[in-house]
Amino acid sequence: MTSLTDLLLVLLVLTGFRLLGLSRLGASIRTAGMQGVLLGLLPLVAGESWPPLRMGLLAGGSMVLKGLVFPWLLFRALREAEVRREIEPFVGFNLSLLAGTLCLGASLWLGGGLPLPGSAPSSLAVPAALFTIFCGLFLIVARKNALNQVVGYLVLENGIYVFGVTAVPHQPLLVELGVLLDVFVAVFVMGITVFHIQRAFDHIDTDQLSSLKD
Amino acid sequence: MLPALCAIPFAAGLLAFAVRRDGPRRVLLVGAAAAHAALAAAVWLEPPTEATAGAWFALDAAGCLFLGLTSALFLAASVYAVGYLAREGSGRREDFEEGFPFANAPEAVFAGCLLLFLGTMTLVCASQHLGMLWVAVEATTLASAPLIYFHRHRRSLEATWKYLLVCSVGIAVALLGTFLLAVACPGQGDGSPLVLGSLVGAGPALAAPWLKAAFALLLVGYGTKMGLAPFHAWLPDAHSEAPSVVSALLSGALLNCAFLGILRAGQVLGAAGHAAFYRELLVVFGILSMALAAVFIVRQGDYKRMLAYSSVEHMGILALGVGLGGSAVFGALLHAVNHSLTKGALFLVAGNVLAAYRTKSTSEVRGILRTLPLSGVLWVLGFLAVAGSPPFGPFLSELVIFKAAVDGGHLLIAAAYVALLALVFAGMSATVLGMSLGETPEAPGAPARPLRGERLLAVLPPAALAAAVLCLGLHVPGGLAKLLAAAAAVLGGS
Amino acid sequence: MEILERLAHTVLAALLAPLLLGVIARTKAAFAGRRGPPLVQPYRDLRRLLGKGAVYSTTTSWVFRAGPTVGLAAIVTALLFVPLGTLPAAFAFPGDLVAVAGLLGLARLFSGRAALDTGSSFEGMGASREAQIGALAEPALLLALAAAASAAARGGGDWSLSGILPALSGASWIAHGPTLAMVTFALLGVFLAENARVPVDDPATHLELTMVHEVMVLDHGGPDLAFILYGAALKLWVLGSVIVAITVPVRTGSAWVNAAVAAGGMVLVAVFVGIVESSMARLRLIRVPQFLVGAAVLAVVALALVLR
Repeated sequence: MTSLTDLLLVLLVLTGFRLLGLSRLGASIRTAGMQGVLLGLLPLVAGESWPPLRMGLLAGGSMVLKGLVFPWLLFRALREAEVRREIEPFVGFNLSLLAGTLCLGASLWLGGGLPLPGSAPSSLAVPAALFTIFCGLFLIVARKNALNQVVGYLVLENGIYVFGVTAVPHQPLLVELGVLLDVFVAVFVMGITVFHIQRAFDHIDTDQLSSLKD
Repeated sequence: MLPALCAIPFAAGLLAFAVRRDGPRRVLLVGAAAAHAALAAAVWLEPPTEATAGAWFALDAAGCLFLGLTSALFLAASVYAVGYLAREGSGRREDFEEGFPFANAPEAVFAGCLLLFLGTMTLVCASQHLGMLWVAVEATTLASAPLIYFHRHRRSLEATWKYLLVCSVGIAVALLGTFLLAVACPGQGDGSPLVLGSLVGAGPALAAPWLKAAFALLLVGYGTKMGLAPFHAWLPDAHSEAPSVVSALLSGALLNCAFLGILRAGQVLGAAGHAAFYRELLVVFGILSMALAAVFIVRQGDYKRMLAYSSVEHMGILALGVGLGGSAVFGALLHAVNHSLTKGALFLVAGNVLAAYRTKSTSEVRGILRTLPLSGVLWVLGFLAVAGSPPFGPFLSELVIFKAAVDGGHLLIAAAYVALLALVFAGMSATVLGMSLGETPEAPGAPARPLRGERLLAVLPPAALAAAVLCLGLHVPGGLAKLLAAAAAVLGGS
Repeated sequence: MEILERLAHTVLAALLAPLLLGVIARTKAAFAGRRGPPLVQPYRDLRRLLGKGAVYSTTTSWVFRAGPTVGLAAIVTALLFVPLGTLPAAFAFPGDLVAVAGLLGLARLFSGRAALDTGSSFEGMGASREAQIGALAEPALLLALAAAASAAARGGGDWSLSGILPALSGASWIAHGPTLAMVTFALLGVFLAENARVPVDDPATHLELTMVHEVMVLDHGGPDLAFILYGAALKLWVLGSVIVAITVPVRTGSAWVNAAVAAGGMVLVAVFVGIVESSMARLRLIRVPQFLVGAAVLAVVALALVLR
């Protein structure tokens, strides 16, 4: 199953790049949802030795949550918002893509330097997870739009999840479900906050949230 | 005992969402807080039994300490909250800074989230499984975010957004650190690799590079939540915009919970023989936090922000104390107790001042001692305590840390520590004394608002907390000392 | 016989390249519900243009006249290095893929200079846009070829197109499927950009402001225009045969069978271009760089994947 795992991880990296290059919020949300579905497939191909209940719950849970519920929540927030695209990000889209390739190089280098002691399903797992994490952090820092930042947070969580699934194969189910629940509530609360920001400020650009400072 | 401790706040919180009338809901809030405090006291009195190996939830000394602290502070805050809610209530009102109208969040949401917040913090204290610990810490963020957004206006919304995003991202980093910790554990197959007991038991068998990377990430992650500089960006905003009750809980209870996360990680590193590594990191971040807070406290124009930066400073002291090792660990834990009680009292009093003067500007508040005699006295006493002057508790714990630094030969650190404390003292005293003394200002032009008298519910809780701080300064009870010593011993202190 | 084999691809390409333009036109016509021009229409156009005389503005210099000639010469030279299937290229040396990219660049340079030489603002604008597109397409092309080379031989083969492309086979797809898929997409992006096709450029547009490639050749006529048209057809063939070598890795024993299959693949590529042009809109000009950077990123990921 190595090649299938590899394929999923490569697709994951490509969705990361796609997110870096997108300006339309709707497309970003949809891509994040796609990433969620990929994550849901990951336990199915990488976790052959897992108990079926855990595999099914994790795969189903992340597919439904990250692939359907989150995009739905974010689309609801988007419908309220007036904007449809990120107009002037802090870092332009081409530059973001370039930064993405640098991140990819860094994650490959780091992943090479930190070999997993256990048996990882693929040597691509750690680099792909790190790249997704970097990607999420970059989106949070380089985008002004609050929804894009939520997407960045989601991508960050996705990267950590990939690391968890591939590098720590013996997590107790309860913890993983707890993590999933937390992320769900986080996105839920963030979505509501974005909704309120839209109502209070008539925009969701976070760089204009600057009245509090010393 | 432990299941009840966790279940009470969660059940009461969910119930609070459902209760429709204000009166019963407030009774529920205080009742649940009292029940929780009673149980916590029972746990406290009954010495914590040895945690069964592999148990996910158990109260060890450190957990017991922070749980009791959280519970006591929450009880005081809940009593205060009743008065606060009666005063603030619902309906539209005018923002006193910018003058636009806004409404408060429904009281049910406020009370419910407060109780859920308590429940999640209880979980943090009781978690022996580091994965569960992470889940609980993230849950505290989510439960407290609606609390910060109680006043539904732009500034609190901005603070809430920053709090949510910064803390969630920080905590996500901690999750990565937790996973790295699991990777470092050689026997991954035994089912529960992240239980504190088995990690500590594995000790030197843990893979060093992964372990160190894990600690660095956990420090960044939980440090964000704890408000260590330079990850403290959310803290002043959230503390200044949240209702004072919530600020008191954030500062006095939540920051401790995040600190507990770092302590757990430190415990694992210490057992694996990398104590020097994590201590150095903690010392660096501790000094940095103190220095940065000192810079912002001096000439701070907003007294709630001043208190928030003071929290950053004290979190620095905690990190520094644990980083120094030896008897400083004991000092740091004692300081955590002192700081929580003091800062809780101060924020509650700040709430009274805010309600009376309707401004957060330090330059516009004058003559608190004359206008609000009781709150004024508490304000000055609280300042003296938090700035570390005798005979209050913080003086004692800061002295223990200082002595440990000198004894350990860290003279440079000791010098910097004292200098920063002095700087904070000077900066805060100028502000606080200016606010407390003098005549009540007569607002030029504006219609003079009659400053309201003081209510018992608004003064009693901070007074109780301040009294406790004073007692701790004079005498540390034997039971507490034993608990502190046990918690410090786990961390390699004495 | 060996000489014959070596020259076979060049001759074949020289003869068949304009046919690709015809296939594209027929595909587009079919999608639009028309019958379209006959497949040999490009040949007729070429003959007609070659029979005409040329008119040169007095303000232009020799650069303007050299443009089409040098452009065609450069592309023909590039063609000499490209194999078809397992039919070898006329010449090969290690690193000739860089030479091919450079020759394509040279052709672009001269057509751009010729356009600037006219002094027309429209043509200058077109030249500037073409330069920008070319500058972004070239790294993507080289990175994609490097990834393909690594997948073909894991770095062991000689870095010439004749060494890389015939070595790709069905086995390479099994070993490096994701890599080759990404390389293919990257090359398709480069292919569409280099040949001035939708979504980067629209050869059918009639508005000078939105043209890129077409606006540059507005002032050329007669044999010069024939050279340019023919050069464009050959460029289509050159880049197309690289894509076909990756996507249709039929490797039977006979080089001639392989070449015939590859030629069939070329027709499919032409049909693909026709479908893209019929079904997609042109990208806004500011999105074009992103399209090409995206292609380059794909190539980088492919390269990283295979070198890891």
